Amino acid sequence: MTNLLMIFISAVIVNNYVLVNFLGICPFVGVSKKIAQSLSMGMATTFVMTLTAAVAWLINRYILEGLNLQFLQTVSFILVIASLVQLVEMFIKKVSKPLYDALGIFLPLITTNCAILGVALFLVLKEYNFIESIIFGFGAGAGFTLAIVIMAGIREELELADVPEYFKGGSITMIIAGCLALAFMGFSGLI
Amino acid sequence: MIDSSLIYAVVSMGGLGLFFAILITLANKKLHVEEDPRIELIGDLLPGANCGSCGYAGCANFAENLAGGKSQLNECPVCGAEAAEKIAQILGVEVESGERQVAVVMCQGGDGTVKKKAEYEGIQSCIAATFVSGGERACSYGCIGYGDCVAACPFDAIHMNEKRIPVVDREKCTGCGKCVEACPLNVIELHPISHHVFVLCRNKDSGKNARAVCSAACIGCKICEKAVDGIGFNVTDNLAVVDHKKYTKELVLPTEKCPTKCIVIVGQADEK
Repeated sequence: MTNLLMIFISAVIVNNYVLVNFLGICPFVGVSKKIAQSLSMGMATTFVMTLTAAVAWLINRYILEGLNLQFLQTVSFILVIASLVQLVEMFIKKVSKPLYDALGIFLPLITTNCAILGVALFLVLKEYNFIESIIFGFGAGAGFTLAIVIMAGIREELELADVPEYFKGGSITMIIAGCLALAFMGFSGLI
Repeated sequence: MIDSSLIYAVVSMGGLGLFFAILITLANKKLHVEEDPRIELIGDLLPGANCGSCGYAGCANFAENLAGGKSQLNECPVCGAEAAEKIAQILGVEVESGERQVAVVMCQGGDGTVKKKAEYEGIQSCIAATFVSGGERACSYGCIGYGDCVAACPFDAIHMNEKRIPVVDREKCTGCGKCVEACPLNVIELHPISHHVFVLCRNKDSGKNARAVCSAACIGCKICEKAVDGIGFNVTDNLAVVDHKKYTKELVLPTEKCPTKCIVIVGQADEK
């Protein structure tokens, strides 16, 4: 139990995907203008990451390791993640229209995000078991959500701030992302 | 002799790919949600600016509701007449052409016209200035002059003039109402394009006090009301208001008679 909790906290804070591992920067900068929007992006990502962790573990254990084909990890993970998310999207559209509308365009968009592939590759590297993998995937998603919502909160406040002309837009966003990353560096070595 | 791992690789990847291809094809059939083919057609004809003035989450969402008969075409104030006609054809309904609305800035108190009460060096935004006792202009009803409306306009239809009063480009304006929302003092109003006569002032202080802060303020003198025999112009709370329902072009324009020239003809008579 403690082990699982450690994995979760490590994925959320100490090894935060965005701010420590620098994965998934694209949606982190792109979809962090409004808190509500970034929250649905975070939720969609968490969902896909958890799903990915489960499936990637199964594929790795029963197909790739069984046949000694570890060099195919990247290709097979992408293939499986993309197909599965498609399926899940169709399923959600059929079963729950409100949820489909809430996740919206974000669900198909994040399929090919590097953070998702990162989850799959990391859990193989760290040799987690099935349950640990799922917790790890969920934690990574929660960490992503945390980072993107913090960022959106700051950017909403920033709308009212007097930003120097040359720092407006992308530059100030990058600077803030850097400051946030520095802050999260403080957690390193904690676990 | 071919390396066995090569065969495994090809077979397993091919197998996985094939497996998911079949699964998705099946799912596509099984989980297919009947979607109105008109939604896509309508979506293409809508402006696509996703301005949200219809109240839906973007144009695609509005198209869905249109096709479902849940909303009316004239809820989109941006949609041009040509596109509206085509969409109406797709939907099989008559166009209820709501008259085009345009934004009107109800204030003439620009720099030099309105008195200055202070130097404001804070954040150059109207909303921020309202938190700091309303910026530097002495009139607490009129334009603050930092252009929140200009920044809010998605169609580049509103600009500041040299006196820092926003001017609406009545041709470009789509009546989406973004500027109306952006203005913290509600100085901007939406009016049908056929309305041309406006009292461009919102100051409700007594004539003496209004005149003290702005030379273009309505002082509530009722000269306009008398000029049209009370039909179309009404002075309430020291402020003249045009009643566009009653006021017709045949009546004498009191624009000339207004001592502070705050009754103004906006736009051209033949605009559509």
